[in-house]
Order: sequence, then structure tokens, then C-alpha cells
Amino acid sequence: MTTALPAVRARPRRRVWTPLWLLLPAAVVLGTLFVYPMWQLGLLSVLDFRQAQVSGGQPTRFVGLANYTQLFGDARFWSVLGATVFFAAACVVATLAVGAGLAVLLTRISRVPRLLLSLAAMAAWAVPAVSGSTVWMFLFDTNLGLVNQALGATGFNWMYGRYTAFALVGAVVVWHSFPFVMVTLYAGIEAIPKSTLEAAAIDGASTWRTFWQIMVPILRPLLAIVVIQSIIWDFKVFTQIYVMTRGGGIAGQNLTLNVWAYQQAFAASEYGLGAAIGVVMMVILLVVTLLYLRTLRRSGEPL
Amino acid sequence: MRIRLAAAAALALTMTACTPSTSAPSAAPSDGGARTGTLKVWLFDEPNRAPKEAVVKDAVAEFTAAHPDTKVDVAYLAVDTRSERFKGAFNDPASAPDVVEYGNTDLPEYAAAGGLADLGPAVGAWPEGADLSADAKASATYQGTLLGVPWYLGVRALYYRTDVFGELGLKPPTSQAELTTAAHTIRAKKPELFGIAVGGKYTFGALPFVWDAGGDITSINSAQSRAGLKAYTDLLKPDNCPPQQCADLTGGKTVELFASGKAGMAIIGNFNRAAVDAGAAKGKYAVVPLPGSKPGSIAPAFAGGNNLGIMKNSQRPALAADFLTLLASKKYQSKMYAAMGNLPTLKAARAEVAGQDPFLAPFLSTIDAGTKFVPLDPGWGKIDAQAVLPTMIEKVATGKSTVEAATDEAAKAISAALGK
Repeated sequence: MTTALPAVRARPRRRVWTPLWLLLPAAVVLGTLFVYPMWQLGLLSVLDFRQAQVSGGQPTRFVGLANYTQLFGDARFWSVLGATVFFAAACVVATLAVGAGLAVLLTRISRVPRLLLSLAAMAAWAVPAVSGSTVWMFLFDTNLGLVNQALGATGFNWMYGRYTAFALVGAVVVWHSFPFVMVTLYAGIEAIPKSTLEAAAIDGASTWRTFWQIMVPILRPLLAIVVIQSIIWDFKVFTQIYVMTRGGGIAGQNLTLNVWAYQQAFAASEYGLGAAIGVVMMVILLVVTLLYLRTLRRSGEPL
Repeated sequence: MRIRLAAAAALALTMTACTPSTSAPSAAPSDGGARTGTLKVWLFDEPNRAPKEAVVKDAVAEFTAAHPDTKVDVAYLAVDTRSERFKGAFNDPASAPDVVEYGNTDLPEYAAAGGLADLGPAVGAWPEGADLSADAKASATYQGTLLGVPWYLGVRALYYRTDVFGELGLKPPTSQAELTTAAHTIRAKKPELFGIAVGGKYTFGALPFVWDAGGDITSINSAQSRAGLKAYTDLLKPDNCPPQQCADLTGGKTVELFASGKAGMAIIGNFNRAAVDAGAAKGKYAVVPLPGSKPGSIAPAFAGGNNLGIMKNSQRPALAADFLTLLASKKYQSKMYAAMGNLPTLKAARAEVAGQDPFLAPFLSTIDAGTKFVPLDPGWGKIDAQAVLPTMIEKVATGKSTVEAATDEAAKAISAALGK
């Protein structure tokens, strides 16, 4: 995740000591906050470590890759992983589409509606995930919910079908995360020199073409950050799934990797196994992020 | 976004908290420890804590009057995060309390962690200890050692709507067959109501059916258990409680449905009375024991409840035992019933409150008919955390799986959790 940061900043052209000194405070903070927990996570994942070991009832044993073998041998793991990837991808695409669309809209509307839209987005952003999910659950309640009453579909349970449940949770995830995308991209669009846009307009470029051929290339670095953030957040989504599907939905049909890890490992005090799931998630995210950064570099845009 | 970052940071912190460091449980002083000083007590927080706190304050005042130079420091733990607090206390003896309240299903996990002290001698020396029923003592015993004093019980029975039953000419069911017929009649005549509110995530509503058929959690794929499970999931049908609406109901949700007047019957605990009285069903319901399949029999209920225990690390075990037996005495159990509706575990106290309150009669007959318990094994925590039983019920109720396949799958998960 943050490993990309020092790589970007620390590219000393000449071997001088000053940059290293300047990096030291950041390195200390990142080292304590990220490297140490990651080391602990990796260590735990190769140990037989349960509640009995924590409280000293049994000795801690090194079990090598046994936790990983158990994990990869579990058919449930693969189905949950598949659901997580699919769900996260859909959420990322939807968040970016909504966020980018509203950012463009913000630049085109007058002051009062802009203020109202910003305020609404900020409110969604400020709502804690647990409260937000709970409120949405009230709205979509099977018997008493406003939405079902408005639709005349009282008695329809949104959480009964696997896909309607994922769609509803996905909507809440997007609702929680689009304001960040919107605000970031709005700031980016506002920073685009007016002359460039004017030139495009004089040349007769359509709105659509201006967006794809002028704005998107200029916004590329911002988009990179927004996409990576969204991938990381949506892949790790926990609260919305946990609250809205009451811990994984009917017969566990809406489990994602994070909720499953919590249920299988941390709630059940199987810390070694839980750490192994954590390591797998981290590796997947690192690979996805690196691949994405590489594609961006290949396309010739400096970051 | 901040929230997400905070969550990520919290997760990272949790992970550092589980560093592979282990602590050796320190031995308690064999002479009973100091008889003066501060006693640390952990009790559960409640949605409505004031009455409980008042009773505990009385007990503390009585205790400090009888024990000079002592202080009692009572903390109220949030139930949701109790597990972390207890694990923390086991791992760090210096910050551990002396006397604790804990849920009786948590016992094996705490016992296996080596955190609770043997109360056998203390309860043996306590005159009122003989008044505890064998069932109650068994639910606080792990591998032959008594690790807690049952403080209060909670059992579930069948709440039914007297107005609906009267209007439809139904009688309170005395057998499972009558229960099913009554449920179908209510749903057919009054389609806006569920006959009996049942839920796919309501483990303690389903288990009485399994136990009544002669099955058990440890033999969940036996013919008896399957028959019991089928009896329960047959209620999760459109002619009573459609799976669309009922498959994901928890026990708490069925209470809400009954309280808000949307169900003719429900399996609800004595401890939920206030919730029902706060809803539309107030004054329009009565309670009978949940019937078993044999006419006139009572289906075994789950004996939920809380125990009082002493931590193994306690430096004042003798003083702690004095406070524990005071809090668990007939006097304070009766006071606790008056304050919170907690069903006493001492037979004498139970007889006293039963005389005062006829509402309790069906619950007490349920207890007298014999109660059941979850496996006394640290693996139960795992079975619970992994939602093995709700998943099984939901798979059958939604038709994703047959009774045979779902119970076989659950049996595999259960034996894996208990065998490890």
C-alpha cells in the first residue's frame, strides 16, 4: 500500500545525504506503523497461535506453511475470494463512474446547486460506516422500509437473493466512497488551465471528447491515486457487509474475504490462520497496485 | 474515508496486540491472600443498568461494613467487547479483576485459557451453595471443576397472542403437532401475521426441536437431530413464515416481530418481557412452555444465563469468594430479580419470586422439565463464531441444500471445532 510512497519520493539522482536525512522522520513513522505490524502478521501466519497460546496454556509452535495449506485447500476460500474480487471490481467501477460524473457536473452548475451537491456528498462522506449501513437497512427493511412501501413491494427481502444483497451493499459502499473521488477530481478539473479547455472548445471538440482527450490525460496522476485507493478500500470492505448482511448473509452467501477472515479466524481465536488470510490479501493488493502503476508508467505518463 | 483509515489503523493495532508473546498464569496465594484492600469486580453492562447498579451498591455497602479496610471497585463491561477484555485480563494478570460476571456459554473458552479459579471449596463452605440445582452446577462445571456460581438463568418459552387465539378459537398448543396446526391456522385466517415467528439465525429457537427429537449438537447428523431440524425448518415455509422474510431472522428480530404484533406466536425468553411489553402486543399475550412432539411434554430449553467467577490471578481469593457468595445469595438474587427480572438460580429464591409473579410459572416448569446446554468445550466458541448452525438452518430453509447434506456439512465443521 504505502510502499509506493518512498519509492516515488526517494529517487536520489546524486548520492547526497541530505535527502536521506529528510526522509528519516517519514521512515521512522512508516517503519513503526507499517513494517512492524506486517512483520508480526507474517510471523503469526507461520505459527500455530490460538487463544491457548496467547494466554500461555499451550506452547507456540512453528508450523511452516500449514496455515496456508489449510487455507488453499478450503473450497470455501476460493469461492469467497472470487466473490470478493467481483464485488470489489464492480464497486470500484461504480464509484469512479459516479464520482467522476458528479465532479464534471460540479464544474458546470451554478453556485447554489453546487453548494447543495457538495454538502450532500460531504454528509455521506461524514457518516460513519456503521450508522450509514444501519440507516440504509431501515430504508430497505423487508416489512417496514420506506423503499418497499414506496415501491409497493412490502415483504420483498433485499437480502434474500445473493445478487440483490450484493447490489444493495455495493450501493452503500459507493455512497460512502464516491465523495472522495468527486472532491479529488473536482479539484483536479478546476486546476486545468482554462486556456486549454477554451482551445479545445474553439477547435470544436464535443464535451465527451474534451473529457476523454483533455481532462482525463491531465488528471491521470490524480486518477491513479483515486483508483488505487478505491481498489484497496473496496477489496477490504468489512463494515457494510458485516452490518447489512448480519455477518455474511443467508447461509454465508455474501461473505467477502475480510468478513470471512474475521469470522473464521479472529472471532474463533485462530490468529495464525487469520494472519495467513491477511498476508494473502496484502499480497493480492500489492500485486494489483504494482501492475496498475506499471501500466500507467508504460503508457508514458510520468507519475 | 477518515473512518476507513481509522478502521485500518485499528486493525493494524489489533494485529500488533496479538504479538506472539505469552504469559504464564501466576499462581494464586494458597493462604487466601490479603483480607483487606481493594477488590476489583467486573459485571456486565445492561441496556438499562441503573436498577442493577443500585442492587450492586447495596451489596457493596453490606460487604464493606462486614469487612473493615476493604473497598470494592465495580466496573461494567460492554457485552459486545467482553471477549477482548477477558482475554486481555488473562494475558495481563496485573490488570485483571478478582470477581467477574460471565456468560455461561463463554465458560469453556475461559476455562481452557486457564483464567478461572476452582470454586469447589468456596461453594462447599457456603451454606446456600447446597441450594443450587444439579443442572445449574453442571452448566458452570468444566472437566470436573466448578468454575463459577450460576447467578441467574434465562430460558425461552412460547409466547402467544391471547386475542388472536380467542378470535380463531384456538387453544394454547400442548404438542408440536398442535403448534404447527395453530401456526397454519393463524397464517391462513390472518395472512398479515406469521403463525409462529421463527428465524434461520435463531439457533436457540431451533435447538429445542432438535433436543426434543433426541438429537444434539454433537450428533447433528443423526436421524433424531435431522428429524428435529426438519420439524423446525418446516415452520420456515410460506404457510407459516416464508423463507423470503424469515430465513435471515435472528432471535432478537423474532422478538421484535412478536412485540410489534406481526406474529401469533414466538419462542421468547423471560428476559425479553420488557421488550414485548414495550410493543403493540402488550397485555394481549400469555406464555406456555414450548411443547415437545409427545402430547403434554415440554421441549428441552437452552439454559442460558450468567455465572459469577473468581479469576485465577486474583491476589485476594478468600475476600473475592466472600463478595461472590454475598452477591449470589438468596437476598441479592431476589433483589436482582425485582430490579432486572433475572431468574434466580437458588431454589429458595426461585420459589420466592415464583410465588410473587405468576408470569414466571411457564418458565419455571420449563426449567423443572430439564434444560440442555451447548457442548462444554472451547470449540463451541468457534462453532458459534463461524455460524455453523445458522448456516445449516438457512441452507435447509432456503432449499439450497437437503436436510441430510446440510447436517453432514455442519457435523463435519462441529467435529473439526471440537476435536482440535
